[in-house]
Amino acid sequence: MSGPLLELDGIRAAHGGITVLHGVNLAVEEGRVVALLGPNGAGKTTLLSVAAGVHPPSAGRLLLGGRDATGIHPRDLARAGVCLVPQGRGVFPNLSVRDNLRMMTFTGRTHEEIEEIAYARFPVLGTRRAQPAGTLSGGEQQMLALARGIVTDPAVLLLDELSMGLAPLVVAELYELVADIARQGVAVLVVEQFAAAVLKIADHAAVLARGRVQWQGHPDSSLHAELSSYYLGSPI
Amino acid sequence: MDQFLAFTVVGLSTAAVYAVIGTGLVVTHATTGVFNFAHGAAGMLSAFAYWQLAVGWGWPVPLALAFVLLVLAPAFGLFVERVLMRPVQALGEAERLVMTVALLTGCIALARWVWDPNTARPLTPFLADRPALRLGPAAVTWHQAITMAVALAIAAALWVLLHRTRAGTEMRASVDDRALAGLTGADPLRATRLAWVLGIQLAAVGGILIAPAVALDAQQLSLLIVSAYTAAVFGRLRSLPLTFLGALVVGLLEAYLAGYLPQNDYLPGLRLAAPALLLFLALLAFPHRRLRGRDRTPVRVPLPTVRGSLLLAGTVVLFALVLVTVLAEDDLLSYGTLFPLGVIALSFVPLAGYTGQISLCQLSIAGIGAVVWGHLGAHGELWALPVAMLVTAAVGALIALPALRLSGIYLALGTAAFAVVLDRWIFTLPAFDVLGVRITFFDQGSVTVSGPDLFGLRLTSPSQLLVLSAVCLALASVGVAALRRGRFGRRLIALRDSEAAYATLGGRLLVTKTAVFALSAGIAGLGGALYGMQLQTVTADQFNLIAGLPIFLIAVIGGLGAVGTGLFTGIAFVLPAQLMSGLGSWVHDVTALLVALAGMGLAHSPSGVLAQMRAEWAPLGRNRPLLCGLLGVLGVCWLLAALDVANGWLLLAIALVTALLLRVRAAAAQRPPTDIPPEWWGVRRPWRSEDGEVLSRATIAAG
Amino acid sequence: MPPLLRAEEITVSFGGRRALDGVSLTAEAGRVTGLIGPNGAGKSTLFDVVCGLRRPRTGRIRLDGRDITREGPARRARRGMSRTFQHLELFGRLSVRDNLLVAAELGPGRRHAARTADAVLARLGLTGVADDAADALPTGLARLVEVGRALVLGPRVLLLDEPAAGQDAEETRRFAALLRSLADEGTAVLLVEHDMSLVMSVCDEVHVLDLGAVVASGPPSRVQTDETVLTAYLGEVRP
Repeated sequence: MSGPLLELDGIRAAHGGITVLHGVNLAVEEGRVVALLGPNGAGKTTLLSVAAGVHPPSAGRLLLGGRDATGIHPRDLARAGVCLVPQGRGVFPNLSVRDNLRMMTFTGRTHEEIEEIAYARFPVLGTRRAQPAGTLSGGEQQMLALARGIVTDPAVLLLDELSMGLAPLVVAELYELVADIARQGVAVLVVEQFAAAVLKIADHAAVLARGRVQWQGHPDSSLHAELSSYYLGSPI
Repeated sequence: MDQFLAFTVVGLSTAAVYAVIGTGLVVTHATTGVFNFAHGAAGMLSAFAYWQLAVGWGWPVPLALAFVLLVLAPAFGLFVERVLMRPVQALGEAERLVMTVALLTGCIALARWVWDPNTARPLTPFLADRPALRLGPAAVTWHQAITMAVALAIAAALWVLLHRTRAGTEMRASVDDRALAGLTGADPLRATRLAWVLGIQLAAVGGILIAPAVALDAQQLSLLIVSAYTAAVFGRLRSLPLTFLGALVVGLLEAYLAGYLPQNDYLPGLRLAAPALLLFLALLAFPHRRLRGRDRTPVRVPLPTVRGSLLLAGTVVLFALVLVTVLAEDDLLSYGTLFPLGVIALSFVPLAGYTGQISLCQLSIAGIGAVVWGHLGAHGELWALPVAMLVTAAVGALIALPALRLSGIYLALGTAAFAVVLDRWIFTLPAFDVLGVRITFFDQGSVTVSGPDLFGLRLTSPSQLLVLSAVCLALASVGVAALRRGRFGRRLIALRDSEAAYATLGGRLLVTKTAVFALSAGIAGLGGALYGMQLQTVTADQFNLIAGLPIFLIAVIGGLGAVGTGLFTGIAFVLPAQLMSGLGSWVHDVTALLVALAGMGLAHSPSGVLAQMRAEWAPLGRNRPLLCGLLGVLGVCWLLAALDVANGWLLLAIALVTALLLRVRAAAAQRPPTDIPPEWWGVRRPWRSEDGEVLSRATIAAG
Repeated sequence: MPPLLRAEEITVSFGGRRALDGVSLTAEAGRVTGLIGPNGAGKSTLFDVVCGLRRPRTGRIRLDGRDITREGPARRARRGMSRTFQHLELFGRLSVRDNLLVAAELGPGRRHAARTADAVLARLGLTGVADDAADALPTGLARLVEVGRALVLGPRVLLLDEPAAGQDAEETRRFAALLRSLADEGTAVLLVEHDMSLVMSVCDEVHVLDLGAVVASGPPSRVQTDETVLTAYLGEVRP
């Protein structure tokens, strides 16, 4: 393997005059799942936006396959295979499942092909194809958002808080699907506040707090103590 | 029964037109977020263009139709999107609203300028030479049949477009979630353009279909659309099927009212006002999603100083004295309207400028003030003036109650509907009694208005009335400025910035909003009474919705938050038209068009030109020698004009040129220290102790 | 003696989804009560219910034992309740001083509003920015202005929704001291905050909200080591 596919190098970023990321280094390799954890307001979503090219960093580099991709327009990044599934269900609630998928024809695939790929991986969507996405269950909506992501054949998949508002069992099922996607050679970066579900499939974990990576490594039992102190403060 | 069927057929074909137009409005609004007040005006212009091609130049009907619908309408839509809307897309809702109001005014002025309103322009219905179709007992003309068929075809075509094509899917996706649509490769600009083109095309279809049934009149056609607005509000500006349903309700209601309403003096106006009334009710009845998201660039509300507002008041009175001494008796009456109109414009300042509530019915309220004063103060009774203000304030408070439920465009729409109800129905009513009190409006004609009796001094001559108006404008300006500096003004701005915070601090929303509506209506009522005195006789026409729009626009151009807006609006509204009035009757339309164009241009500087002007003239004001020189020149000009020794135009030119030259001079003489860019501080001027703090704060703010 | 503020069995639904499901808690005079929980747990919704911006489907709010559930926000403010907002609700067009002045003129100290406002500005160290427009302030400072605006009313119950977001460590430390001194003056402070070091250092009691329900309550030291709390934040804990 020739180095990481996605690499964030010394990223600093600010929101409304306040620096939220103070130099973050993170790398995701092909076929691996990296979990980015941390309490609210740590800067996780901002980091993901930087990776998708939506939020320009004030310093640092974004590397894609070893090449500098800082400052590239998000649409071109999307065409180069970086796919962001944003927080809070990236679906159009009043559009049917089929129309939601049809929106992805910009990649050059016909919508028949797109539907075929999506329904093959998420059979439940096939049975609901004519239904407005807003009437799907939360888990199904998240599957649709994922489906919209993978039909673009992404090299890098960026997932933001898949678990938001979902029952633990559904979350576990979703992350199994994410693990499947990663096994086919996609580099996956997952931002998650609820760590447990994603840690079951993650190959690597990083804890972001106060704009810095405070801990990273293989997810094991030492991580648990770390997390508890970052989420709830150190015991007095 | 046959009669009922006949009315039904008429109603259905009207409903079809409303459905088409309303659909266009919904498509544009849902996709772009812009509520197009000029939607009807676009239909009106299309009808005129069609008449020009098919009748005026004798083109074959299909060719004329194709040219209007496939070339002119799309071009107009693209023009509106690119030139007018894109620059204000990032600004607030209010700026977009002003843009479409300016477009409406501009369209009407353009149509009246190009197509002389005094010439009749009959349009024959389609296939008028064929005998009517008979469906059982009912007769359906070919035009009616075509109208209904077109509406159904459009409904079907829109369904296919929206559900079966990529472009339509993109449009619906942009409605759902604009940001997400952009992320997933959709081109939001394409959806926006398509929505504008489609919207204007639908307005054009509706305009051409309805024009044969009514007179080809710019104002009437643009307002006919109120019915289509009602249909769109039924659809909550989102749903096409509900819009069709709304159109059906409005169309049938109008037809049945026309057929079955008893014939007496009170009700014919109700038929005309019914759509507006229904619009008002629909706005109140349907829950509206509160429009979230704050203006990205909030317009500052300037804080006037005591000295500044007194200076303004002095200027107003001095200006009046200059006019009185310089102008001839006849001119005094027409120029004199600038002060009452200024008072009416000033009524926008507390309401729209401070509180952010856009009301389009201020001139209609002024009409009530004029009528009340005209009747009660017929012999100059001074007490009638405060009574007129109190009555209008009560009307304002009445409007405030629904206004609590409405905001932004919905409030603008509601107040516009209120204005239409007033001028189509209430103002046309003959006198009637309520609880023993005789209520009279315009007496189905005109009302004579006379000047007040000031403690034995009866003001009747034009110059006396002019000075009275000017003094009132001066006092009102000082009052509004004091309001801004005081507790109530702070509360109004607080309420505008955050209703939630205001309420949780113990502020009463209902009381505060009612108070400001009543206050501004009272000011408008005063303006109306003064306006009436100046005009001597008033008719309902002078106070209708369309007549009020230019005043609103100029007040926006001046800057709704600035107290000087009253004087500015009066001058800008009256002077150019009067100065050029010798040139021909087209001047009025051209000046209206200029106002509209200025409105479109100045939506770019949302805080208004007054702020800019103040910055430009401030150096001259601070430069004592130059200021004295200017005042001297102005004084001499005034003296010469008053004694009638030199040509008035020449003196005006001299005064203006001197003022401009001295302004440039003063600006050059006194370079304000802030003009030196920060990187040169300490180089081009000495470093000051506070500079470090200023810089660090600026860098924090700029982030 | 009843607690100063008491929420009883509050339930709120948004379109079928339960945002709050029978939440009960109290805030006592002279104490800082923390309210923590993951995103979307319902903390801000609870604040809206307590201050009267949102009507609960069921449940009551009591102040001094008196049922105020049906009263509007203005009425509750006059009873001595004031709050700040997670999404800033400053009067952006007004200066910082005028923001406080509006509140002072509505509050019990309206007779000497200017003095009240200036005193609070001085206490929060905002005198230097008093004449700046409120919407030009950086977030941390803007949040402090909101706190000041709420303090001007001299509240008995103070609801703070993420007041320390955007503050640096030093500012947070000073803010903690402010909260303690407010409590010592007898104010009941209800604090929603994500900065756990702040919560754990100033709160007398902490309630943990998850998916619309209180899952744990107690002093900070106990909540910190509570397994249910960790589950609420992390999901199922790894075996």
